[in-house]
Amino acid sequence: MSERPPVLEARRISVVFGGLRAVSDFDLTLSEGELVGLIGPNGAGKTTVFNLLTGVTPLTSGEIRMRSKHGDLVRTDGKKAHAIARLGVGRTFQNIRLFRNLTVLENLLVAMDHLRKTSVLDAVLRTRRFSLEEEAFAARAVELLAVFGLDGKKSFLARNLPYGEQRKLEIARALATGPSLLLLDEPAAGMNPQETQELMRLISFVRERFSLTILLIEHDMSLVMGICERIAVLDYGQTIASGTPEEIARNPAVIKAYLGEETL
Amino acid sequence: MKKKGVDFLLLLAAGAAVFLLIAGLAWIGVIGEFYLQLISTAGIYIIVSLSLNLITGFTGQLALGHAGFMSIGAYTAAIFVMRLGVPLLPSVLLGGAMSALFGYLIGFPTLRLRGDYLAITTLGFGEIIRVVLNNLEGITGGSAGLKSIPGFSDTGDVMLDAIIKFAWIFVFFAVTVAVISNLVRSSPGRTIVSVREDEIASTSMGNDVARYKMLSFTVSALFAGIGGGLYSALFNYLNPSNFNFLYSVNFVVIAVLGGLGSITGTVLGGLIFTFAQEWLRVLKDFRLVVFGLLLILLMLFWQKGIMGSKELSITRILRRILGLGGKKE
Repeated sequence: MSERPPVLEARRISVVFGGLRAVSDFDLTLSEGELVGLIGPNGAGKTTVFNLLTGVTPLTSGEIRMRSKHGDLVRTDGKKAHAIARLGVGRTFQNIRLFRNLTVLENLLVAMDHLRKTSVLDAVLRTRRFSLEEEAFAARAVELLAVFGLDGKKSFLARNLPYGEQRKLEIARALATGPSLLLLDEPAAGMNPQETQELMRLISFVRERFSLTILLIEHDMSLVMGICERIAVLDYGQTIASGTPEEIARNPAVIKAYLGEETL
Repeated sequence: MKKKGVDFLLLLAAGAAVFLLIAGLAWIGVIGEFYLQLISTAGIYIIVSLSLNLITGFTGQLALGHAGFMSIGAYTAAIFVMRLGVPLLPSVLLGGAMSALFGYLIGFPTLRLRGDYLAITTLGFGEIIRVVLNNLEGITGGSAGLKSIPGFSDTGDVMLDAIIKFAWIFVFFAVTVAVISNLVRSSPGRTIVSVREDEIASTSMGNDVARYKMLSFTVSALFAGIGGGLYSALFNYLNPSNFNFLYSVNFVVIAVLGGLGSITGTVLGGLIFTFAQEWLRVLKDFRLVVFGLLLILLMLFWQKGIMGSKELSITRILRRILGLGGKKE
């Protein structure tokens, strides 16, 4: 496992909101191609970790390095969220954040706009270059939608999709940015067991197909145990355990965090 | 021939037809000079409201100082024409450029902030511009105003002059519609709309949200300034007090009335607004009361405006009428 080069290294990252230390000295290394789970009880700071890694929330202290397109590790703490996304970090959100009044297809096209070579003037004058690029983007977006079985609904407004498909569309949109690292924030939240199973298969599939490294937040332990190679457990902003699913399942600190002390 | 080419010709033909219809009706006397002037006024209102709709309807940032941008364009154009003898067309364009420059300068610090800061800043900006124009007496004529600004033409024939005014404004109106609709229906335009929909999501998809807000705001200021330049030539008189806060609110009303995020809605909204204000004049002192009441009723029962965020596709309608077929959405 450690043979594979790292794509992300977070060293002692912390963030303080007012008097609250939401994430405290969090460490994480992701190697190429890994599927790592980040779990923990409600309010443990999982989503905050995502926001720190993606630059949505600035760090209070610590360092983050990510692999650039050239293959070397670069410091990303202090960079803007859009710059980090362009390094190849795609993400989804716990409380779905689609562009609700744009179509399914347009949601993906927005995620591809940073790859645009033509200028705004090309768009206004409708040059040939512009049309060719638009067509190429649309073709790629439809291809991606097909992976998620959403190509038939490309002209639907995102807000009119059923809940499960909105979750899928968020993943498709994250993939449209062309990431090498994918951060999924509770992708199965609100899904029934059957939908969850299907989603997990889909995640494994896209991981292979797009050679992704995936960090996954999940609330439901049993689910994460099934597909993750490695799990980190967060409670009160601190890592209380990390290891293989088997190690985590047996770890007394984890059991305590999830079930409380009395049951021990 | 490609679909794109056909659509372009259809739009060109439709535009020419509308122009010839109105100009023709005016020429044979069905539309009087007064109403033609009113249509021209509506055209300017529509240009400025479209520019406002770009930043407020499409980008989701409330701006309350478009009268300020309009007055920058108006005074710049008028000064170039009167004091420097520059022809009208470049003067109007320079007015737009000056306004865009101001848009860029005030957008730079404020658009990085989230929330309603832009609304407050633009409101303050509009008022500052008005006060400055009032006090630069040597250049702007101060509160006495700038009089006898040359118009679009001076043929001596009132009707012909009115038609020429209308032609100018119609061409600028068509260009504004074309530029803004091409912009919003393109890759950068969709990103502008995504900023309205969800800033965090858009930035997380690799889009520099601040840059797109700047783009939208600068283009918006450009067209507001062009609208101002046309205004100076249409009315031949400028006074800073015309461009007060309430004047800015008119454009917000038109954009909301037509539908935020709808170009065709803004066109309809501008026409209805201009004509309603005129027709309600018979009510004398009650005009503004009734007008306000109508707006309240509209917002209560028709919150999304006439068009919501939908568009009327002229090419699709024409294709159907002409039986050209074409791709259905």
